[in-house]
Amino acid sequence: MKRFLVPLFALATAAGLAGTLYMIFYVTPLEKTLFFNQKIFYWHVPNWFVLFTTVFVCGVASAGYLKNRNPKWDDVARAAGELAVLFGAIGLVTGSIWGKAAWGHWWKWELRLTTSLILWLTMVGYVLVRRFGGAGSERLAAGLAVFGVVNVPLVYFAVKLADALQQESAHPKAQVVSALTSSMKTTFQLSILTFFAFYALLMLVRTSAIRDERRLRDLRERGLDAGILEP
Amino acid sequence: MPIDGLSENLTMPASCPPRAQRRTTMVVGPSFLRTAGAVAAKDLRVELRSREVVYTMTFFAAVIVVVFSFAFVKDQKALIEAVPGVAWAAVVFAGTIGLGRAFDREREGDTMRALLLSPAPRLAVFAGKTVAITALVIAVEAVVLPLCLLFFNVDLGAAVLHLALILALGALGFSVVGTVFAAMLLRVRSRDVLLPVVLYPILVPMIMAGTKATGALLAGATGDAWFWTQFLAAYDAVFVIVSLWTFEALVIE
Repeated sequence: MKRFLVPLFALATAAGLAGTLYMIFYVTPLEKTLFFNQKIFYWHVPNWFVLFTTVFVCGVASAGYLKNRNPKWDDVARAAGELAVLFGAIGLVTGSIWGKAAWGHWWKWELRLTTSLILWLTMVGYVLVRRFGGAGSERLAAGLAVFGVVNVPLVYFAVKLADALQQESAHPKAQVVSALTSSMKTTFQLSILTFFAFYALLMLVRTSAIRDERRLRDLRERGLDAGILEP
Repeated sequence: MPIDGLSENLTMPASCPPRAQRRTTMVVGPSFLRTAGAVAAKDLRVELRSREVVYTMTFFAAVIVVVFSFAFVKDQKALIEAVPGVAWAAVVFAGTIGLGRAFDREREGDTMRALLLSPAPRLAVFAGKTVAITALVIAVEAVVLPLCLLFFNVDLGAAVLHLALILALGALGFSVVGTVFAAMLLRVRSRDVLLPVVLYPILVPMIMAGTKATGALLAGATGDAWFWTQFLAAYDAVFVIVSLWTFEALVIE
């Protein structure tokens, strides 16, 4: 199964990235108010879709791991957590570029920016725990993921309510998507598919690498216990 | 793939007991409350005899307030806008120190294991620990609040009671989340660095609501202050539930 899926997703990602790049620069028209700057939207927004998916996957897999202690859940959660850091970094960087062009600032303490940053910091904490926690850190990390996912709506509403007293959200409204021309829409949809193919590819590869790592570690421990291996 | 079959046989979860063997006492009855009270009383008695944590925490918080208050001086007066941030930063930083130390004490004597092995329900242990830590944080706040009012020349009048309520809710939220993570980190290497790393992102909504409530109170906007007080209460409620739900599965022993 994996033997077919990995090349399949890899091909889809490569073709999708090349295709969307071509469409972004040669097919889609310039947007009326933001002009060229709007083009980052085709990669920035799908990237955030992937980020929230992977955080959700990490939270659910962590809860599953806490419930039934099957290390396979933990492998998935760990891979998803690492990818959340990666996609979060991409999203924050592309978002800052957009912000500089559209708002004139690299950063604004705005609803979605603040929420995403806190979420990203939580996931960085998750990865740090996995990396430096040593033995027994799986459960701690799983707890952190569950707490982090529960925390997302709280952060969102805290910022939203704090902002409501001062200003409107600086992000473009959701209606933006329905106002797109058809070639913009096609590019956007293709880009979403591409990013999810990319995510699926990375998840498959990373999860299996983590699983192999864990099995190897277990085997070595068993070997040491049985006296077959030298320490 | 022979390796697959082999490792599948070898990765039997030797370290985790079957689900049925673990205690799953969820009943909040008189015995639960008595156990929680006993754990809290034990922690506070140990603390009262040495006063180690409460003295160091309080002094650290006071130093933070002083350092920040002269970082925000303008025309020989500290800016009143800085009060919410200073007060909450001092409480959270000092609280983290106290949290780490309170659990280090259990680790040094290996008494956490004894607590968890005892027939007391684990959730009662959690509740007792939380109550004790809340008491310590409130003791710190009792020093931080007057210091802030003094250095920043704030006259709150009767709103001081409201501010006390806000700080108490903050102390509870901090202790609930903090106790879960500190208990989990007990057996983890480099727990001193990891505790703030995992704790602070989760505390963000609480710190935000706390600073907003304090700021609104200082600006005289009582309605806004009540709104954020309710938000703090909601935060506490959410994490009390999540902690009760996950604590048993999370504590490593």
